[in-house]
Amino acid sequence: MAHLARRAFAPAPVPFPALHVDTGHNFPEVLELRDRMLKHLGIRLEIALIPEMIAAGRLREPPGTISRNRLQSQALLDAVDKHGFDALLGGGRRDEDKARAKERVFSFRDAFGQWDPRSQRAELWHLYNARISSGTSIRAFPLSNWTELDVWQYIAARKIELPSLYYAHRRPVFERDGMLLVDNQFLPREDGEVVRELQVRFRTVGDMTCTGATLSSASTVAQVIEEISRCRVSERGATRADDRFNETAMEDRKREGYF
Amino acid sequence: MELLSLVTAGSVDDGKSTLIGRLLYDAKAVSDDQLEAVERASLRLGLEDASLALLTDGLRAEREQGITIDVAYRYFATAKRKFIIADSPGHEQYTRNMVCGASTANLAVILVDARNGLNEQSCRHAFLLSLLGIPHLVLAINKMDLVKYSEETYTRIREEFTSFAARLRIQDLTVIPMAALTGENVVRGTEHMPWYGGPTLLSHLESVHIASDLNLIDARFPVQYVLRPRSGEHRDYRGYAGQMAGGVLRPGDEVLVLPSGLSTRIASIDTHDGPIEEAFPPMSVALRLEDNLDVARGDMICRPRNQPTVAEDLDVMVCWMDRQPLRPGARLLVKHTTRTVPALVDDIDYRIDVNTLRRASADRLDLNDIGRIRLRAAQPVMCDTYQRNRITGGLILIDPTTNQTVAGGMMTAGGGRGREGDAAESAGVAG
Repeated sequence: MAHLARRAFAPAPVPFPALHVDTGHNFPEVLELRDRMLKHLGIRLEIALIPEMIAAGRLREPPGTISRNRLQSQALLDAVDKHGFDALLGGGRRDEDKARAKERVFSFRDAFGQWDPRSQRAELWHLYNARISSGTSIRAFPLSNWTELDVWQYIAARKIELPSLYYAHRRPVFERDGMLLVDNQFLPREDGEVVRELQVRFRTVGDMTCTGATLSSASTVAQVIEEISRCRVSERGATRADDRFNETAMEDRKREGYF
Repeated sequence: MELLSLVTAGSVDDGKSTLIGRLLYDAKAVSDDQLEAVERASLRLGLEDASLALLTDGLRAEREQGITIDVAYRYFATAKRKFIIADSPGHEQYTRNMVCGASTANLAVILVDARNGLNEQSCRHAFLLSLLGIPHLVLAINKMDLVKYSEETYTRIREEFTSFAARLRIQDLTVIPMAALTGENVVRGTEHMPWYGGPTLLSHLESVHIASDLNLIDARFPVQYVLRPRSGEHRDYRGYAGQMAGGVLRPGDEVLVLPSGLSTRIASIDTHDGPIEEAFPPMSVALRLEDNLDVARGDMICRPRNQPTVAEDLDVMVCWMDRQPLRPGARLLVKHTTRTVPALVDDIDYRIDVNTLRRASADRLDLNDIGRIRLRAAQPVMCDTYQRNRITGGLILIDPTTNQTVAGGMMTAGGGRGREGDAAESAGVAG
């Protein structure tokens, strides 16, 4: 997304900032590349820091939960209010999830960020109606019609740098609910969970507490493309604990104001 | 790799979801976890086998009630092409959904149940698809297994459809007998219909010629954004960013800027990776012009000898999509290419009865109605007929009080006032 924005406005600077809704449970590799890449592309960064919001009493963590995934919606809305954003551009794709497959490129959200699948605006040709009433804002998904494979082919064609997490590397992981989670300080081991060092990579990267790794030996872009072409498990199905709550997890979170 | 975008149309029980499920499944575009989810859902609904139709149900209400609410998009690829399927539901909001799904499609598949033959809906769908200028149409005669793979049935339905379609402007029609449930003639062939010598659906999708679907004749460049870095090495840079909507432009070409009518030459065509030698649809580029003209978002760059119509009075065929009916005197916004202008609905010329294709006089258009209206725009609109160019001939109407998109429209006479010819003709339908 950052690269596309840069290409769209070159040689002028990108006229909007990047926003990171930061749970505080990050992979250090992601933060390092985030800062370096945005600096290189000349894009300003705004951060909505969930730990800071919790400390200030603006967010409350449900007792006993570790993942801050559900707090992201609130933090996002806070940032929309604070900065007066009319629209947020996101990298969501329709091939990721059943609910996303039905979402328009321009998704209109009320003051609570809620998505109403039954009252979406008609989208014809490439004529997008971006008019909003006060109190509403837009989530726009320019990559709606890209697939995971398209993204990787684009990365190959443009030689885009990614965090090393997306390529095969050795990492201590443990198994929970059929997923390989990263051994990290935020997530206490439960009984019987054994940490092993395996060769893995990540297909999506989110919060450290809910992003699962996949066994992989693909260490170059070409090998990743080859691996995806043969893969029989969908990206979110394989690796995202947050979508595993139930069959409509993504739909429910979108209705609650999630991106 | 070439990308083909297709839309499916059919009534509720024609097996549309099954066909898409079958296409995705046999083309190996369904992942194991998606299939497991479908198996779980099928069990819950008391079905014996995993129902492939459930693959396309996205939302909770859809899976629980077994209905489809909104257009769903699916993606798959073969060694030859990438595909996007827009699956638009056949019930209530059919016009709106089909028009949305079809507006960007290269090809449409109309499904009919071999046992029932054509019905009102198949004809209505064919009309809408021809109105939207879909270049390629496939008539899928489904459930052939339930009519003993009868060639006679196939021929009868094919002829019935061909005679109806003769009244529409359909450029390319392919008729395929199939059984989506068993997968025959979807991805793999079948020994049950030796009388059929044509392609399977997938092999047709892989080979139909789509490269000439875009207009490469009339140079059209709607200005989307003015790039002015105002700093560093680009202090004096002034580029016009946008997406090519027609034709080919090269550096040195003489061009005209509308609506001002001033002419100049193209100094260079820029991209992030540097200047390029030519631009054509669907490329997004930045044009620099030799003279320092006043050019803004919404202006159109074209050639002096090949200009779009510049008009304030517009004849538009519209699909009305709002629950509030359209009446003469309504004040709306027209969004056309990158230009949004206020407009007044002068008159409703007629409504088209989509079942008979006849025009009827009307004083209003209701939800899902199709009709021709006359708009008076507050500023000129630079347009072509929809038939000539789907990008510069299409527009949407927005209600400025609710901000909703209330109609999709297609330029018919390009600002002309011709009122002759029957409804079908001005609707992009051959006489």
